Amino acid sequence: MAKTHVTMKVNGAEVEGLVEPRTLLVHFIRENLGMTGTHIGCETTHCGACTVDIDGMSVKSCTMFAVQADGSDITTVEGMANADGTLSALQEGFRMMHGLQCGFCTPGMIMRAHRLLKENPSPSEQEIRMGISGNICRCTGYQNIVKAIQYASAKINGVEFREAAE
Amino acid sequence: MNDMTPTREQRSAALEGMGCKRKRVEDIRFTQGKGNYVDDVKLPGMLHGDFVRSPHPHARVKKIDDSEALKVPGVLAVITAETLKTVNLAWMPTLAGDVQMVLADGKVLFQNQEVAFVVATDRYAADDGINKVIVEYEPLPPLVDPFKSMDKDAPVLREDLAGKTSGAHGPRKHHNHIFEWTVGDKELTDSAFNKAEVTIKEMISYHRTHPSPLETCQCVCSFDKIKGELTIYGTFQAPHVIRTVVSLIAKLPEQKIHVIAPDIGGGFGNKVGAYPGYICAAVASIVTGKPVKWVEDRIENLTATSFARDYHMTTEIAATKDGKVTGLRVHVLADHGAFDACADPSKWPAGFFNIVTGSYDFPTAHLAVDGVYTNKAPGGVAYRCSFRVTEAAYCIERAMDILAQKLNMDPAELRLKNFIKPEQFPYHSALGWEYDSGDYHTAMRKMMETTGYAALRKEQAEKRAAFARGETREIMGLGVSFFTEIVGAGPSKNCDILGIAMFDSCEIRMHPTGAGIARMGTKSQGQGHETTWAQIIATEIGIPADNIMVEEGNTDTAPYGLGTYGSRSTPVAGAAIAMAARKIKAKAQMIAAYKLEVHEDDLEFDIDGFRVKGLPEKFMSMKDICWAAYNSVPPGMEPGLEAVSYYDPPNMTYPFGAYLCVMDIDVDTGVYKVRRFYALDDCGTRINPMIIEGQVHGGLTEAFAIAMGQEIRYDDTGNVVTGSFMDFFMPTAVETPHWETDFTVTPSPHHPIGAKGVGESPNVGGVPAFSNAVNDAFSFLGSTHIQMPHDFWRNWKAAKALGAVA
Ligand code: FES
Ligand code: FES
Repeated sequence: MAKTHVTMKVNGAEVEGLVEPRTLLVHFIRENLGMTGTHIGCETTHCGACTVDIDGMSVKSCTMFAVQADGSDITTVEGMANADGTLSALQEGFRMMHGLQCGFCTPGMIMRAHRLLKENPSPSEQEIRMGISGNICRCTGYQNIVKAIQYASAKINGVEFREAAE
Repeated sequence: MNDMTPTREQRSAALEGMGCKRKRVEDIRFTQGKGNYVDDVKLPGMLHGDFVRSPHPHARVKKIDDSEALKVPGVLAVITAETLKTVNLAWMPTLAGDVQMVLADGKVLFQNQEVAFVVATDRYAADDGINKVIVEYEPLPPLVDPFKSMDKDAPVLREDLAGKTSGAHGPRKHHNHIFEWTVGDKELTDSAFNKAEVTIKEMISYHRTHPSPLETCQCVCSFDKIKGELTIYGTFQAPHVIRTVVSLIAKLPEQKIHVIAPDIGGGFGNKVGAYPGYICAAVASIVTGKPVKWVEDRIENLTATSFARDYHMTTEIAATKDGKVTGLRVHVLADHGAFDACADPSKWPAGFFNIVTGSYDFPTAHLAVDGVYTNKAPGGVAYRCSFRVTEAAYCIERAMDILAQKLNMDPAELRLKNFIKPEQFPYHSALGWEYDSGDYHTAMRKMMETTGYAALRKEQAEKRAAFARGETREIMGLGVSFFTEIVGAGPSKNCDILGIAMFDSCEIRMHPTGAGIARMGTKSQGQGHETTWAQIIATEIGIPADNIMVEEGNTDTAPYGLGTYGSRSTPVAGAAIAMAARKIKAKAQMIAAYKLEVHEDDLEFDIDGFRVKGLPEKFMSMKDICWAAYNSVPPGMEPGLEAVSYYDPPNMTYPFGAYLCVMDIDVDTGVYKVRRFYALDDCGTRINPMIIEGQVHGGLTEAFAIAMGQEIRYDDTGNVVTGSFMDFFMPTAVETPHWETDFTVTPSPHHPIGAKGVGESPNVGGVPAFSNAVNDAFSFLGSTHIQMPHDFWRNWKAAKALGAVA
């Protein structure tokens, strides 16, 4: 099948590649760019494991063609750590609050939470639950994921994080 | 001692040993997308395989034409049963003593069964290829209902078994019958029923469901023709067993097979068994001489690999008028699908279902299970449960509620009256198990006090009165569940898989600087082994957990072990770790005695080293002992500090718990709301409370899904109607309730550190708690039992059937 040349910015770096028109963005990221942090759990837009940030929006990269992302600015989980290599507030939140177990959903969760906090830096528990409802986790039962996002929100806002009493 | 000397508490805390909420070491890589899952493995020249699958649940395969497929650019080979026959791999043995087609041979037996394997240069080309393979089918009548499977005129499903009157577990009664398994004293039980003042009888179904971890099953197989070696990366919960099975069926020497299970994205039992994908990828690699990757998609995962449950349990209890149980009789019809590919220890055709007497002191019981074939996917697995314990717990917990209702007794009171008493442990159940330890009354009472159970019952009574007066359309249910699990498979005296005893193993090597590596026969799929295993070692030998690296999943380096499933890691491998660590400690003690110039018996272990009794300043740290182990051991002693332990547990462990679910249901819409969910778990010694709570949250979420909506359903024509996350209920953060966790601690007396295991418990105890809440809500309208799953629509239907909705 004839291939198309695409260029995009991924985690701040210009990248390019030749793709078939039908190549999914998630495959381009994982196979062509070799960035395997973005996962595939369903390929049908249900699980959110493939969530990346495209031009300021959370997008499930299994439901977008690479050619549609031509010219866009993408952030994947590999672009989430602080510049000095330490864990960002969100990543730290997931670790501190035990917001992951197998870690397979985690990159997608982090990318979704990243955009959620950009749009609403102090979400309520209900807003967080709604905000991540496009992302499925099979291991953690969500409670600690919610806490992880609250932790990051507190840290970003420079306030002390207090766990709600059980 | 000056002020800078760390206190005992500080020294102990520095180890981050058992009991500490140590943060997980795994998370550093997972939160940065640096995990290494199977689909992340890329080998030079790697090819991709994909399956042609049957649209029919039951059909004769007349012809497979691959000529057009082979013309597709990138397609290199199409493998069929005929190809596999040339290498004797058209059928493979299952873990349950049956055989299973790898690729359809003569006919297909379930929808989406593997028919041909297309190998191509990339996954898109493989997909093009499968669309060009032309398969001619002659549809046959499908057998969907397990209750009809032993009818006289039921179609013969397994033609390969025609005429066979006995199977792996004894006589077969019918051409679609797999086994009959009976346990207990039939005569005594029948007589208990004949004499009973009160009896109940109910058909309690536990529907077919699926573990569906977020990562599907996958592998990369690479055969090196020159060396004659096969390397397999795969999503394997039991890598060593996979190596042995591959060696046995592919006739390759075991040492030339390298099985590597890298990071695994959840398993829940789904990744215990062997699937056609593994065999086909291995054969394809041998045929093409290139590495071959097989990655299952979600639809394939849901429809073709390892379902769970599908037990239909006719349950009877005999009791006295005042609520003392006197007998239990259960008959199970078990739908195993097209092949008996259940993952159970060899001797247990229905797993540990004979824990069905639960937490109650039944003087006698009798159990019979009939396994049957149907046109459904094979592979019943222990989905977040220890071999059919979830079914058993559900069965007895529903039945106890039904009995309570009949006796007009409170379900919690009925349970308290029948619990095995603390002084009865070790307790021998009527169906043959020896429970190690338990204190059920304390757990139940703690649950009742913490949740304000009596007040909740009062509120329920008021709500019911208000409902009767027409003031509300909402009904309230209290779901009590108390479970005893049986985990830690297991002792070689009664547990093996394909003849391999179910021990587990640990090898620890301490290096000169006081750092070490521990290698295990287990394989974490999210349970956090890298974190907790190091904590056990830290406490046992006094080296900080941060200095211990834990490695699992590589059969070249790890000692042989039976893997991680059925909550067996902590009870079996956790014990192996403690035993290996104790061997290290014993050698360390000899070295310390030599260096401190005292007799070994004059030393005592003190947190992170050895101290001379009565002379507190004469102390040698474990770190220093590690150094000495490599340069100044006592004369005649081998240098080095390492140990290995293969632990064969003397018995299973029996964690238990008391759960309560408070639920409100709107009868006009069927919409339910879980107002509260409280889970008290007793898993013995708690290694990492943070991880235990996390496991409980996860297990409860899966229990919630199963009880309240999730089901693998087939229509009458054998078509799977729940083949994607669109129609297979996957709870999100929005539906998932808030979880309250609590605990008591009753250590296992026979386990080196007293730990019992917890990963499955919340699923085992959670499902009956949800289902009992729904049933309790509806009970005052006259119903005794409503089958799961209890989604909105079924709740509404129940309300309508009971006359609550016009
Ligand atoms: S893989 Fe994209 S949403 Fe599941
Ligand atoms: S941590 Fe396993 S799926 Fe979320």
